[in-house]
Amino acid sequence: MNDGRERRHGLLAGKLLLLAAAMFGFGFLLVPLYDVFCEVAGIGTRTGTPTADAVSETTPDQDRLVTVEFVASLNQYAPWEFHPAVTSMQVHPGEFYETTYYARNLTQRHLTAQAVPSIAPGQASEYFKKVECFCFTQQEFEAGEGRDMGLKFMVDPELPEHIDRITLSYTFFARQAVAQAGG
Amino acid sequence: MSNISTHSHEQHDEHHDHGPAKGLLRWVFTTNHKDIGTLYLVFSLIMLFVGGTFSLVIRAELFQPGLQFVHPDFFNQMTTMHALIMVFGMIMPAFVGFANWMIPMMIGAPDMALPRLNNWSFWILPFAGTLLLSTLFMDGGAPASGWTLYPPLVLQTGNALPFAIFAVHLLGISSILGAINIIVTILNMRAPGMTLLKMPLFVWTWLITAYLLIAVMPVLAGGVTMLLTDAFFGTSFFQAAGGGDPVLFQHIFWFFGHPEVYIIILPAFGIISQVIPTFARKPLFGYSSMVYATAGIAFLSFIVWAHHMFTVGMPLAGQLFFMLSTMLIAIPTGVKIFNWTATMWRGSLSFETPMLFALAFLFLFTIGGFSGLMLAIAPADFQYHDSYFVVAHFHYVLVPGGLFGAIAGAYYWLPKWTGHMYDEKLGKIHFWLSAIFVNLLFFPQHFLGLAGMPRRIPDYAVQFADFNMLSSIGAFGFGFSQLLFVYIVIKCVRGGEKAGAKAWDGAEGLEWTLPSPPPYHTFEEAPVVK
Repeated sequence: MNDGRERRHGLLAGKLLLLAAAMFGFGFLLVPLYDVFCEVAGIGTRTGTPTADAVSETTPDQDRLVTVEFVASLNQYAPWEFHPAVTSMQVHPGEFYETTYYARNLTQRHLTAQAVPSIAPGQASEYFKKVECFCFTQQEFEAGEGRDMGLKFMVDPELPEHIDRITLSYTFFARQAVAQAGG
Repeated sequence: MSNISTHSHEQHDEHHDHGPAKGLLRWVFTTNHKDIGTLYLVFSLIMLFVGGTFSLVIRAELFQPGLQFVHPDFFNQMTTMHALIMVFGMIMPAFVGFANWMIPMMIGAPDMALPRLNNWSFWILPFAGTLLLSTLFMDGGAPASGWTLYPPLVLQTGNALPFAIFAVHLLGISSILGAINIIVTILNMRAPGMTLLKMPLFVWTWLITAYLLIAVMPVLAGGVTMLLTDAFFGTSFFQAAGGGDPVLFQHIFWFFGHPEVYIIILPAFGIISQVIPTFARKPLFGYSSMVYATAGIAFLSFIVWAHHMFTVGMPLAGQLFFMLSTMLIAIPTGVKIFNWTATMWRGSLSFETPMLFALAFLFLFTIGGFSGLMLAIAPADFQYHDSYFVVAHFHYVLVPGGLFGAIAGAYYWLPKWTGHMYDEKLGKIHFWLSAIFVNLLFFPQHFLGLAGMPRRIPDYAVQFADFNMLSSIGAFGFGFSQLLFVYIVIKCVRGGEKAGAKAWDGAEGLEWTLPSPPPYHTFEEAPVVK
């Protein structure tokens, strides 16, 4: 009788432990779910990448001008000089534009950099199309090396009417800093 | 196998006849639910003063504008440690202590279902608490990022980071094990005739709380583990440089964090639901609606988390969803508030200390609920976010809410636990001091927040000086008033007017059929509930 009761307790406790373990897994599942959700909702840093069709079919809207502002930011102690070539441009939606960002490695060793973009207002991010960007790949810098890095973009003519100003911000990270922190 | 279990069974019986073991080791090896309940309650009372001391450092620094006593970084360590200790070391263990003491006696069970596990889940706590407090003495100091541990700020913590994270892991394991034990006890060990819908409401609220704990503590454990690997193993869950996103941590944290606030308040709801009928001398109004309202609050708590982070940016649809789902919580909570009020309607009320704390709970928790509704309004939240208004809001629901619930429960069951009535006169003085000072402490913070004073900053603009001074006076008054509570409890344990089995004439339930204090082992023969 007592044995049976203990087995019953053990069984239920085991199930509840499994539930706890499953919820621990669910915490990690939130990581890919979050990416999927942001992708679907088109938010965060996930700017649109245009398809070939969309690019060739788009006709520039010569009547509309949108201001695109370029911002460069660095975190504390980041070993870089980093700034855009121009701080803002007037662009027609549907037309391609090119600009550059300049970065220089201030250290005496080789560094790998990653630029992380962000668009404000968030609503504009899916209408800001980059066909070429230094943020797509990691950038290698020799000790003391400085260079311009290219960016080619288009503002989608579908951009909602009330948006007349888009701010594109890049934060420039040294990839090693992450690896080094990891020992 | 069967031999062994028979043998241990005999030993067990022998043990019963002798009552508690002698000496201090009794407390280390005990598997008795009453002993473990006492351990939990004493531990949380100690932590109340540890966490309270930290908050007094904060309030001393904020007594006047300018930097007076502590370094700003130490100030931030104090806000962080105050919150971590109060949430994980004080209020949660306090309610687990109540659960240990009362649930077996309320459902007619001889003990908790898994007594050894019970011993373990308590004894993890002092070690976890020590680990957490030890970070104060480490290079770089304790975590100073707020209890929410947001990256990237928290990753700048010095040597304390892994210790704080392991402490959170241990605290989480302790509460998950405690929760499993509570669920198994409630589902498997009820006396014959004690159907689910006959259980006292305190048992119901704990059953639902325990499920919440099992569902969300592991998510927090996962989140802080990601912080750990980000800091030491080169992963990039939250590091933008490696393709991660710090906002993800906020989602994970609040997916845990919002149910967590109901983990704290639901057991208090349960205690209030025992206290008010006793002193209104009427059965609880709308018992089954109370049960369903509790379950409804628990369900909603899983789908409202992002209201803590309206300002990080989210689509309009997201803001609307989280705003409206948050406001929905007001409905089941309103059901409870009105049911408690209706319980008192035309009752023959008397105002002993537990009832006074319950009434203050009812009134002041509702204020906290209303400011919560204000914060739920997404467009208005941009003004309140990270201001003292938020501090006022959650302290109103946690202190005159959660803590007053626990204090009401302590006064209510002290005669049962100790066999003595506590000093009613001192209890009433304790109540009035607490009730007045808690409002002096937290009410001005509403005004400070609306006027724009940010939280977690050791200095402020001079126009905030007067309200901050009032708030600090309230803090010291409230803190020292709690010493009176300790005195009352010790006095009651040592002696006093003998309490009968049914210490309160209006009390109902199985625990009041037992003598006061109850024998070491109770309900070895299950009572039959009609």
